[in-house]
Amino acid sequence: MSSVILQGATRLLVALILLFSVYMLMRGHNLPGGGFIAGLIASAAFVLYALAWSLQEARAALRVSPVKLAAIGALLSLASAVPGLLKGFPPFTGLWLFIGGGEGDKGIPISTVLLFDVGIYLAVLGAVLALFFTIEVD
Amino acid sequence: MDTEVHSGDQPPTGWGERIWSLALLAFPLGVTLWLLSLIGPVREHAPLVFGVSWIPSLGVELNFLIDGLSLLFGLLVSGVGFFVALYAKFYLRGHPLIQRFFFYLFLFMLGMLGLVLAGNLITLFVFWEITTIASYLLIGFNHEKASARRSALQALLITAVGGLALLAGLLLLGMIVGSYNFVEVLAAKDKVHSHALYLPILILVLIGAFTKSAQLPFHFWLPNAMAAPTPVSAYLHSATMVKAGIYLLARMYPVLGGSEAWLLTLNIVGAVTAVIAAILAMRQTDLKLALAYTTVVALGILIMFLGSEASVAIAAAITFILVHSFYKAALFMVVGIIDHQTGTRELTALGGLGRRLPITFAIAAAAGFSMAGFPPFLGFIGKELKYEGALAIAEEPTFVAWAAVFANALMVAIAATVALRPFWGRLPEKLQSVREAPPGLWISPLVMALLGLTFGLAPALIADTLVGPAVTATMGREESVSLKLWHGINLPLVMSITTFALGALAFYLQPQIRTLLNRIANWLPANSDTQWDRGLDLFKRGAALHTRHIQHGILKHYLAAVFAVASVLLLWGLMRSGGFDMAVNWERLTVKEWAAMALVFAGSLVAICTRTPLTAICSLGGMGVGIALIFLFFGAPDVAITQLLVETLFLVLVALTLHRLPHATEVSGTGFRFVDALLAVSVGTTVSLTILAVLQQPLISPTKEYFELAAVPEAFGRNIVNVILVDFRALDTFGEVVVVLVAAVGAAALLRRKLKPSVPHGDTQEEQT
Amino acid sequence: MESALVLVIGVMVAAGVYLMLAANLLCYLFGLILLSNAANLVIFVAGRLTRAVPPLIPKGQEAPLEPVANALPQAMILTAIVIGFGLLAFTLALVVACYRELGTIDSDHMRLAEPPPKSGEH
Repeated sequence: MSSVILQGATRLLVALILLFSVYMLMRGHNLPGGGFIAGLIASAAFVLYALAWSLQEARAALRVSPVKLAAIGALLSLASAVPGLLKGFPPFTGLWLFIGGGEGDKGIPISTVLLFDVGIYLAVLGAVLALFFTIEVD
Repeated sequence: MDTEVHSGDQPPTGWGERIWSLALLAFPLGVTLWLLSLIGPVREHAPLVFGVSWIPSLGVELNFLIDGLSLLFGLLVSGVGFFVALYAKFYLRGHPLIQRFFFYLFLFMLGMLGLVLAGNLITLFVFWEITTIASYLLIGFNHEKASARRSALQALLITAVGGLALLAGLLLLGMIVGSYNFVEVLAAKDKVHSHALYLPILILVLIGAFTKSAQLPFHFWLPNAMAAPTPVSAYLHSATMVKAGIYLLARMYPVLGGSEAWLLTLNIVGAVTAVIAAILAMRQTDLKLALAYTTVVALGILIMFLGSEASVAIAAAITFILVHSFYKAALFMVVGIIDHQTGTRELTALGGLGRRLPITFAIAAAAGFSMAGFPPFLGFIGKELKYEGALAIAEEPTFVAWAAVFANALMVAIAATVALRPFWGRLPEKLQSVREAPPGLWISPLVMALLGLTFGLAPALIADTLVGPAVTATMGREESVSLKLWHGINLPLVMSITTFALGALAFYLQPQIRTLLNRIANWLPANSDTQWDRGLDLFKRGAALHTRHIQHGILKHYLAAVFAVASVLLLWGLMRSGGFDMAVNWERLTVKEWAAMALVFAGSLVAICTRTPLTAICSLGGMGVGIALIFLFFGAPDVAITQLLVETLFLVLVALTLHRLPHATEVSGTGFRFVDALLAVSVGTTVSLTILAVLQQPLISPTKEYFELAAVPEAFGRNIVNVILVDFRALDTFGEVVVVLVAAVGAAALLRRKLKPSVPHGDTQEEQT
Repeated sequence: MESALVLVIGVMVAAGVYLMLAANLLCYLFGLILLSNAANLVIFVAGRLTRAVPPLIPKGQEAPLEPVANALPQAMILTAIVIGFGLLAFTLALVVACYRELGTIDSDHMRLAEPPPKSGEH
């Protein structure tokens, strides 16, 4: 599959899909989306890249090894359990911090829950790509 | 003989070894002193109970009870343990695995102490099993020897099976009483005796005790266990492991004892064991084996006396426990010294060692006299008490008395054989250079032998402090015991004299008796040890046969079995709940909903009909899209998106892999499979019926309401599904992510493996050679 | 409206079982896909079907204004789908590895670990 048009379009598409995946991740707490979905979308972007260019190119574009990425994601998720524990709650209790809140608007939320979802995102992305790359590379 | 004996150049002792040996000495010493300090309080006041809660929801505590009986056993375990540890330190000096040995011994000591001090049934069982495992490790310590491994396994299997029976018995007992605590259990004699399950409980507990204490027909593991290093034998087979069964029966005496079944079983099993083991002991020329068989004799006698309601019989048993622990530990250690210094313990190769090993000889003589029951040793008091007790046994006094006299007479002969024969006569050429053992080796048996002499001369030292309270605890009522050397001329004394006469005769005739017994043994078809091997072989063959039929290696038969069983179970459940008259509601579905379902339906059907994988993949893709639409139409957009993405990714993955796999047509069995179809249709039907039955029930889901109400106030999220995933059930989600991660790592490991030529097997073997 | 979906699930299960019983490991994999999808639908149906109202809470509200679809089974299915991907991909890797090592994807011919009783000497 070495179509020039596909290859050219893919560069743009992949960037857009990745951006979209981050959007889905961020809005997941209030609207359809979230770490799982966003992770799968991002994986799809890299799979598309691999199909259009080559596996090596996709690997290079990812920069880190997918298993490492997945492990980092899982560790991030695990890390989100710690603040709750430190404050004496059960692990994974969500803690929230609202920055710059005003009337009727709580402000920009920063939370352990978001950290957890980002961890899921990276873990799913890493695991799916790891499966893809190993089965493909063989 | 023993490879564990390491003389000659010894490597310097390492730090680990020093720490272990110090711990192993300090621990029993501390426990002994602590228990000694409790003698007064326990005798004066009520038993001591302490512990912590363990599994409160099941009413299980880790608690301990110290009364006269557990105090006596605890002192034996820790006291003898201290001296055996001291002995082992010198006996195994320089052994490369000595740290491991110390650890095993420590574990065993801990288990044994816990067992005798346990304050409830569950604690007792847990420690009981710890001793089983520790003894397995100790018996198999010389693991390079096949015989040691076999003996260890044999001991483990026999005592573990007994342990399972014991567990069942103890649980039943606890259930009847309503408590596992000894204080309540021991007070519930009437309740337990009148219960229908009394007999099963008794049988189960007795199996546990008989296997542990090597009663016929489970006796054969004990002599085989002599494969262990001698310090182990001196500990396990004198004062501890094998006495665990005795302790158990004494402990259970107040609640299980006293019935006809108890008295008769214990009398008969004990007497038969004692007599047969005594005869078997006469055959042995290996000193350690001879001692092992006399241990079985002693255990038989103890069991026999526990089958009595007379306090003098119980007192005889308790006294004999002490007597036996002292002399047997001493004699085992003496045999160890002989082995250590001469390199053999074969009776025929030994002689005239008295001049070379004078101290050892003195110890052996003292212990031997106690074993034979000569005055003024404690053994004499024990034997007089035994005869008195035998005559007091209500059920079968004559039978028990004769068994006791016979077994004791042979014990006299064996005591003389083990304690005297290696030391007199002519010194063989090979043993000219033998020297006395270092003090570290003989100090422990010396103390054991001296204890036998001291308590024999001054029995009052133990009568009120140890024996009396132990008898009181066993009988469950106040008893006082008087121990005396001289009772005047009475029937027990006459029996004693008869015993000595018979024993002397047996000692004098021993070579002839041995020849005769060997001839009989050769003539018998099999002994229990070979029967054991046969039984084990049969078991293994049965397992192989069973495996060949159940695990035949054909994947689809496994699957068929799983599906068939699942289907039958579901149907059975449906029939039991009588849920066949279920309403089917074909409510109005919109066109797009019908279309989505039709897509799934068609996709499934095409997938089974097609013969080309690519078509199958496409149809499965269609099915996936259908499912995603269903999710979407019925209010699950998150799920729909996920489904669509996963479906796409996976099918791309399969499609990309296809070119590396053979075409489906190259694979056999692509035609219509009628039986499989029948099974498939029945599984599908049962699943559908089950779901319909489930849908008949109203949905009661408080969690649904909870999540809807708590999502915004507690978790600040408006997408309830996401809130559940990342907040309320975050731990589950994390676990699931880890699963996917593991799958990825697993797949990577699977495929990154270097290509190896496949293992030659079966038909292909010929082609390759 | 559940009944139609229940019927579809039955068909999926039957098809999945039939495929899994085939000797061809690729067919087995397809059967597994069907079965895992059917399992997800079972969970979905067990939580009851509600038409067109996703479990989302409108902005500024504390709780949903009208009855919404059951969110709990949805959360379960969502993770189940992702895990299913891991499972199926692993199975695929297994099939590929099998073919590479044994040269066949016919499970009847894979007797390396449990050889038929006749051909092996032991």
